[in-house]
Amino acid sequence: MFKKDITSGAKSKVKSSVQRTIRQKVLDTYPLLEPYIEDIMPKKEQLDLVKLPDRVSLYTLQSTPLFFQHMDDAILPHLAIVHRYPNCFPRLRIDRGAIRFVLSGATLMAPGLTSPGGRLPGDPEDTEGKYGKEELEAGTPVVIEAEGKEMACMVGVLKVGTAEMKKTKKGQACEAGHYLGDGLWTLSL
Amino acid sequence: MTTESYPRTVLYCGVCTLPPEYCEFGGTTKKCEEWLEKNQPELHKKLYSQEALEQNLSSLSLEAQKRAEKDSQKKAAKAAAAEARDAETRASSKVLIKRIERNKRKYVTAVQGLEAFGLDIKKVAKDFGKKFATGSSVTKVPGGGEEITVQGDLSDDIQEYIEENYKNVPDDNIELVEDKKKKKAEQQAV
Repeated sequence: MFKKDITSGAKSKVKSSVQRTIRQKVLDTYPLLEPYIEDIMPKKEQLDLVKLPDRVSLYTLQSTPLFFQHMDDAILPHLAIVHRYPNCFPRLRIDRGAIRFVLSGATLMAPGLTSPGGRLPGDPEDTEGKYGKEELEAGTPVVIEAEGKEMACMVGVLKVGTAEMKKTKKGQACEAGHYLGDGLWTLSL
Repeated sequence: MTTESYPRTVLYCGVCTLPPEYCEFGGTTKKCEEWLEKNQPELHKKLYSQEALEQNLSSLSLEAQKRAEKDSQKKAAKAAAAEARDAETRASSKVLIKRIERNKRKYVTAVQGLEAFGLDIKKVAKDFGKKFATGSSVTKVPGGGEEITVQGDLSDDIQEYIEENYKNVPDDNIELVEDKKKKKAEQQAV
């Protein structure tokens, strides 16, 4: 979505009622964020809405980007948020070979997730239960981590359910929404 | 993992802004490494130790390694080229301060070329307006690109202001020009 460098458009204040809906929406999508939502977007603070090209709107608190959304699609977290609260999002892991493609903005393909280095929910090698047990449906926003790295490298929306991915092991897996070093990442407010 | 307190404090590389783990994919790996060594010696040891490097390589097949190597070299070359190009445009590009006669004794001043020096011209325009207490705006130039238009004859003041406040614009690169008649016809003639 942000392969090219982008310039931010108009910045405007968010109505408090809209702010409440955003907050609710974030909680609905990411229930694990509940304990921290007050830290991320305090009730009393004024959120800002920054318009980005291609009808993407970015919500920021002062000048820290929080979440972004394309039209009425799923609301996705900015990677800076993911790095700060890594355990609060549904996560998958890719193998090492895929990292460089992800960081240059490619659509994530299924083999990167199904290979030994990758992790999908319910993986037998995942003893800590870090990547969850339940299969994820297509259309779920996920955070992509990488083999041998601590921090996430991408945020995107699943194109195929994880159960199906395990079966077919082919094709596109996850649309690249926002990755490290893309236009949104380098955007300065 | 679960007992960790949130928010976690995150460190980002000062060179490529990625988390240091990902520097190796950024194309400016060399610089990133130097930066990390200087600022976060402990983390540097962890990330760039011999073991870590070997482990990184062992997880890939030989063929994939080669491809990755090639790719990263290409990326690095690209980054270096971009930087060189940047430096060159910076050295060669000029800031034009044009005095344009609008109506006999009335003038506007147009400033071109500031964006080559990494300045946000929208912000600069705002600053000009504040400093000189006049109207100041960003307007499109027919040939493409944008310039700052400031109301009033302020060419000397603006030159001074730029020299003082925007240090990364070399003084010699600022040029004053006078534009007499309606600008369009003349520009085309030149």
